[in-house]
Formats: sequence, C-alpha cells, structure tokens
Amino acid sequence: MALKYESFLRMQHIPHMWCPGCGIGIIVKSMLRALETLEWDQNDTAMISGIGCTSRAPGYLDMNTLHTTHGRALTFATGVKFARSDKHVIVMSGDGDSSAIGGNHLIHSCRRNIDITLIIVNNNIYGMTGGQYSPTTPIGSRAATAPWGSIDPPFDLSALCIAAGATYVARGHVGAAAPLERLIRGGLKHKGFSVIEVLSNCHTQFGRRNRLSDPVQLINHIAAKTINVREAAKLSPEELKDKIVVGLLHQVERAEYCDAYDQVIAKASASVSH
Amino acid sequence: MPEIPNKKRVEFWSGNEVVAEAAIVAGCRFFAGYPITPSSEIAHILSHRLPMLGGKFIQMEDEIAAMGAIIGASLTGQKVLTATSGPGFSLKQENIGFAAMIEAPCVVVNVMRGGPSTGLPTALGQSDIMQARWGTHGDRPVIALVPAYLDEVYTETIRAFNLAEKYRTPVFILLDEVIGHLSERVDLPDDDEITIINRQGPTVPPEEYVPYDTSAGDVPPLANYFSGYRFHMTGLNHDRSGFPTTDPALCQRENERLMRKVDGNLDDIIRFENTSTEDAEILVVAFGSSARAAAVAIADAGSKGIKAGMLRPLTLWPFPEEELKRQVSKLKSIIVPEANLGQLFYEIDRLVAGKCPIRRLNKVGGVPIYPSEVMALIEAAN
Repeated sequence: MALKYESFLRMQHIPHMWCPGCGIGIIVKSMLRALETLEWDQNDTAMISGIGCTSRAPGYLDMNTLHTTHGRALTFATGVKFARSDKHVIVMSGDGDSSAIGGNHLIHSCRRNIDITLIIVNNNIYGMTGGQYSPTTPIGSRAATAPWGSIDPPFDLSALCIAAGATYVARGHVGAAAPLERLIRGGLKHKGFSVIEVLSNCHTQFGRRNRLSDPVQLINHIAAKTINVREAAKLSPEELKDKIVVGLLHQVERAEYCDAYDQVIAKASASVSH
Repeated sequence: MPEIPNKKRVEFWSGNEVVAEAAIVAGCRFFAGYPITPSSEIAHILSHRLPMLGGKFIQMEDEIAAMGAIIGASLTGQKVLTATSGPGFSLKQENIGFAAMIEAPCVVVNVMRGGPSTGLPTALGQSDIMQARWGTHGDRPVIALVPAYLDEVYTETIRAFNLAEKYRTPVFILLDEVIGHLSERVDLPDDDEITIINRQGPTVPPEEYVPYDTSAGDVPPLANYFSGYRFHMTGLNHDRSGFPTTDPALCQRENERLMRKVDGNLDDIIRFENTSTEDAEILVVAFGSSARAAAVAIADAGSKGIKAGMLRPLTLWPFPEEELKRQVSKLKSIIVPEANLGQLFYEIDRLVAGKCPIRRLNKVGGVPIYPSEVMALIEAAN
C-alpha cells in the first residue's frame, strides 16, 4: 500500500535534521504506516517527546505535538492521556531519554498501565549531545565519555519494562521494517501501556567510535545479533548468550489506568447523589 | 425560623483546605501531585473531591512528574493545579520554566517550610520567595501571590487561576506552613462576587491557527489539543508558529514578549494592602504569617501614638515597587520582618536605594515572627 506521506508530515519542515542514514527515519515511517492502516484521525492523536535526536520526531508530524524536557515526555503524556482518555497518545524517546534521566517515569508508566504507546529508539548512545555512553551502551564499547571502553552494565530495556508491568512489550530493529511496522501496530492497538524497543543505528556517534561508521554496516551488525522470538524458543540459554531476541515478547491483559479511574469517578459520584 | 438577610456562607477551614475548595470553584478539575509536608492536605482533599465532580486526581511518581502531568493536562483545556513544598518546588523548576516557555496556564502552590534542603518539614519558613522569582533557568515572567488571611487564600486562589488563564503563564501561590495549617473562620464570597476567567481560544479556523499569534496582543490565543487545531509546542526558542528557531531577532522579540505579558500589566496583576500608612513614619513591609504578626504590632503602636503602618503585598511578584517608592520619601524607617535570612529585605533594599534606613527581623528557626518582636523594632525606630 502506498503511504500518503503528505497527510502525516509537516512538509514545510522537511528536510529533517537527522544524519543521512539515521535509523529514526525508518522507525518514523514504520509508525506512520501502522497509523495509516489503523485509520487514526490526526486530530485525535497526540505525539509527545523529550530531548534528543528521536525527540525531534513530533515536530515533523502533523498531529497534536509536544516536545518537552529531557526524560519527562511520559509525565506530560500521562497528563494528556489522563485528561483525555478517549484520545490516542504516542511517545517517542531515545535510550538515554527514556531509561537514564527518564527511568523513573518509564517504570511507573509501566506499573500504572496507562494506555500510551512508547517507542524507544535504542541506538546505545547519546547522539545529539555528542556520543556519551548511555544506559544501553554495551560493556567495552567506546563513547565520548568512555574513551577506554564502557564498564557500565547495560539495561535490557524490554526486560525492564516487562518486569515493571508493561502489558505489551515488543522489540524490533531498523534492519527489518515490515516486522517493525507490525510490532508498532500491535502496540498502538493494545489497550494499556505498550513499549516497542527499536534497535537502531547511530553510525555518527556510536559507529564512528566502534569501527561501525557506515550506516549499512552498522544496521547489518545489529541485524546479525538478533534472533526472532519463535526461533529463540528452540534454543538453550547458552546458545542465546550473545543474541538479542526480537518480536512480540510480552502481551497480557490488565486493568488500564484511565478505565480504573473511571470506576473511582463512578464510586465518588454515586456517593454525592446519595 | 426567620430568614437572615444577606446570609453569607461561613466555613471553618485550614489554609490548605481553602486552597483545595477555591481551586474547585475556580474550575480546576485536574490535580497531579506528590506527597510532601506541609502541603499534602491539598492533595488529600482533592483526591476525595475531584472524582465526585468528574475531575481527575493523580499521584505521580515524583514532583517532576506531577509538574509535567499538569502541563500536559493544561494543553487539553483543563484548569490544573499542583501543590508542593520547598524541596518539591526545587524539583519542579525545570518544568515550571517549560510551562512559562510554551505558555501553558497552570497554578503551583508552595506551602513554604524551613530550609535549606530537607530543613524543617513541619515548621514554617518563608525562604522560597527568591526561588519563586529566579528558580528556573533563563528569564521568564513570574506571578506569585502571598495571601495572609484565609478569606484571602480563597479569593487569591481563584485569582491565581484567572491570572494563569489570562496571561498563559504559571502562577504561584506561596503560603507558609502557618497559613497552610492554621484554621480560622472563612467568609465565602457570594457566587456573584466571584469572577472566573477562562483562557482565550482561537478566533481563526484551524488552518490559519498558530500557537503564538500576537497580532491581537502579547498573550496569544491558545487552542486545546484534540480540538481540530493541530499545532506544535517546544521548549526550544520558537517563532510564532511554535517551531524552533535560532534567529537572534526572533529569539530576542519572543523572550521580551514573555516578560512584557507581566511587566505590561502590572496594574491588573499587583495587589497590596495599606494599613495606617497615610501618616506613617515607620513602614512595615511583610507578607504571609509575618504580616499577621505585624498587623497586631501596628495596631498596638497606633494605640501608643506611634505613627506606624504596613504595606502588605498580596502579589509578591511582580513586587508593588511603585507603591513602596511612593511612600518612601515620608518615612523615617522601614521594617522588614520575614521567616528567612533577608530575601524580601534584599528586594526592598534595592528599591529604597539608601533613601531610608531599613531594620530587618529574620527568623529561620521554624517559629513564627511574634507581634512583640515587630513591636520592639517599631519602638526602636520611633
């Protein structure tokens, strides 16, 4: 199906500010394809972000958009969604934005199970600020602030979100756009807090310091590490040691936060009328 | 039973209760907060009351999140409130600046306690007034209200929402612990005495709307999210369309406009009360619980034939500068009692510029300023 870009993009702000070859474009396109197939009205959809390369995405998208403070996108999104639970709220965030400075908001959004879809662009580095190591930088990788190799153990973001209570958690990567679109669509449709972690390439800041400075080379490097969740099920933990499992990792039904609060309103209102 | 003519509604409430009840009257239906003494009663009451009215209460994971949540809700058209105290106010500062920058109406209550740091959580302080003025990075307009009596807490809370809506800016209500926790008689105004102001919505169709259109004045009309008016907002410097810009002339113009929203409307925003100031030679300048103590001292001084009066700001920021300057020429002394180490003194010293001696009384031990202490200074100045 041909995508009607003009209906979703603010063409007057294109070209975008991302580096040539950046994975964020693939992720935004996958999200727009998912949105188009769901036929969500742009007037009924809010797109909210924090700070970083990924967080510049809402500016290019013709919806109700908000570019907030570093790490805090989910707090603003919670306010928007809780005030208007009948509308759609999507958050895009990078690995540093979502899990370092915004880590507390991430786990509590998962715990509340508020119906927001969070797309985390995980490129293992702080791109915009100049290549410092993030909570997902692999041990041994070099970064602007880890010239001797990072010693910080990284987060497994999807495992973190599952443990914290998110009811839809999927992981995709920029080397496989069609599956990524399906995973994002699943998250958008899911009622509850949905996380789609997307492994992406920052060849400019991560790749350049780690002998992966060509975008295609880095995307292939990411793709080679991944294994589909169905294939992974057939392998032993030993065989999965250096693999990253992708696909729909977790989906359960649990009371959604705004629905639960509607019950509070019903209870409180009834006490007034008595 | 005979009807009592002009019967007023009277309540016996604490200051924090008054804030919560007045917020509801002002139209607030969204509160996000985080537990902190001595402001928590505001959250307790609104968690009970708001859902009765179909409103929303949420306890967020931290103070920063509470500030973010109210800004998000504000953009959907809600009148929003959060309440906190010193340490929480510190944490909220970055998002307060964001609200000022994107021009999102919101009201933040700070029930001030002793500081710095954890300080005296259950005792009063008045040491956050300069944080209210300068706490977030960058230049931005500030409106901070400092009611001292609970009737006033009611009317000033409603006024805080009105100012936030009218000027598209965060508005602070600074209570101190004594005002937040004392209970007294509150004479509620009749409904027809209450003015409610709502934000100006767009006057153009969606395709012509931009969120910072100042063609009709310094306060641009604000559309609600999900109303068909799709727009972008960012904490980056932006032009009238809402999109980022680094154009020096545009950045200069927009930053100056933000300040002008307050500086250009001082008569509308500034409120103060003069007590016995007509022939006063000694002027006390005080706010909050310190002003209540000073009021007793002023009356006492009057009965002893001492010409002492009080200028009591209800709007602390912007400060009633012109009123102080108007009075200063006939004064032989100014007295500034406050529960901090000289924050209001610093402002008054700047304004008086050596034209009159200033005596200060600064208490930071968590106990309020007493009338006798202000009286001693008045007598010393006489």
